[in-house]
Amino acid sequence: MHATPTTRAAREQARRQRARKSIAVSATATAVVIVGVALAIVFSPGWRTVRETYLSWHYFKQVLPSLPGGFWLDVRIFLIVEVVVLALGLAIALIRTMRAPVLYPVRVVAAVFVDVMRGVPLLILLYLFAFGLSALGFSFIPGSYTILGAAALACCYSAYVSEVFRAGIQSVHPSQPAAGLALGLTRTQTLRHVVLPQAVRAVVPPLLNDFIGLTKDVALVSILGPQEIARIAQINADLYFNYTPYVAAAAFYLVITLPLIRIVDRMRSRGLERQNALVLM
Amino acid sequence: MSAPPVLELRAVTKYYGEREVLGGIDLSVEEGCAVALIGSSGSGKSTLLRCVDLLEEIDDGDIYLDGAPITDPGTDPIPIRRRLGLVFQAYNLFPHKSVIENVVLGAVRAQGMPHEQALVAGHALLERFGLAGRERDYPDRLSGGQQQRVAIVRALMTKPRALLLDEVTSALDPELVGEVLGIIAELKRDGMTMLIATHEMTFAREFADEVCYLDGGKIVERGRPEQIFSEPEHPATRRFLARLLQGARG
Repeated sequence: MHATPTTRAAREQARRQRARKSIAVSATATAVVIVGVALAIVFSPGWRTVRETYLSWHYFKQVLPSLPGGFWLDVRIFLIVEVVVLALGLAIALIRTMRAPVLYPVRVVAAVFVDVMRGVPLLILLYLFAFGLSALGFSFIPGSYTILGAAALACCYSAYVSEVFRAGIQSVHPSQPAAGLALGLTRTQTLRHVVLPQAVRAVVPPLLNDFIGLTKDVALVSILGPQEIARIAQINADLYFNYTPYVAAAAFYLVITLPLIRIVDRMRSRGLERQNALVLM
Repeated sequence: MSAPPVLELRAVTKYYGEREVLGGIDLSVEEGCAVALIGSSGSGKSTLLRCVDLLEEIDDGDIYLDGAPITDPGTDPIPIRRRLGLVFQAYNLFPHKSVIENVVLGAVRAQGMPHEQALVAGHALLERFGLAGRERDYPDRLSGGQQQRVAIVRALMTKPRALLLDEVTSALDPELVGEVLGIIAELKRDGMTMLIATHEMTFAREFADEVCYLDGGKIVERGRPEQIFSEPEHPATRRFLARLLQGARG
């Protein structure tokens, strides 16, 4: 049965009204909250001190020129470590999922590596890599603390990322490799053409999450000495006895992390939609 | 001497832990023949097919393909699987690959067919089975019946000596069963050798040269379909068929 034109128009009008009302309510609520929080901060007893110590325009201008150089070091460390983490993480995950008996010792090494790297605080790993490794005195171990720090980061995150990849591989239903094998593919071909593409697709959001963590943890390398942005902010903060440089450094990080966070959220909700659509089918 | 059967099973036995799931199955499928395995779920039909395709290892007995044993310990399963085609109940298409990519993967990677040639062969088979124009679609865009037809085409691409069909219609809506049965009928006319596990009695009645009733991992009765369906001898077969008929009426 068709709705008559009058009721349809009435329904549409009601719907529009509901939409307008909900927009108005959410806008008002948002404005009230923002203004409320702003007022609470501005009228807090310590606001004057906070404004001068953390949000000083004067010091902001003074420190700004020195920050991009430090941040560029962060970005370079991040990009290089990221590539290493992806490769090493995937390699560890593959080693740990393969069942060939000849790989047994490698599997044990990989398992111990992952456990230790995940079980020790990154801060301690950084010290151990930087000072412990160089104390070994091998000529092939680089003397640069930046490189040693990056290596510690890469090992730590490879351990986490390998677990993400492994979970992805295990999430592929056994009927998929069975179909690959039934076609006459070898185990390696099945892994390469059937399992891995599906596994990687499944873990892109958690992988990006780990990348966000990595962008921020690059700052920890500064405890070894390299002057990346957090270190430069610290030096300036100590120099002027003012914390505005930290806020400025935080803004630099947000430029990179916020878009990443948004992308992960978008992928998550799209993945959820697809899942729900499949259930409805 | 006549040619050996395409598939022959002798006293095939399989355990899951302590539980015997196949208890000494003897069976042979001659060239161009279709043997249907019927029986309730859990009777061992699917396990039997998986054992024949060497996806499961048997614990005793032998399976022969064209007269040569394929279940000797130490036999490489991969070349054997390349000579058989297995179609699954849940289609098991690769969701990240398009229809044509699903179809050519085995031919190209396992059989070493040149990609161009595989594409041509794939197109031809898809067209023959009413799937022309769906090559670029992903499996989730297809109906269950279409997905199962793609799965059959995928298995046919490797020109198998025998097709193993594992409940290929039981995941389908009733109105889609026909389009898959049609393909099986066509393959049967073309002389394809088939071993079929099925719940679908029309399937067994129309295509099978022999019907085996499995119960508890054993073949308790076997014969030509008209005999099994009209005058089953074994009480278990009679009960099973009566239940099926009841189900069909209800």
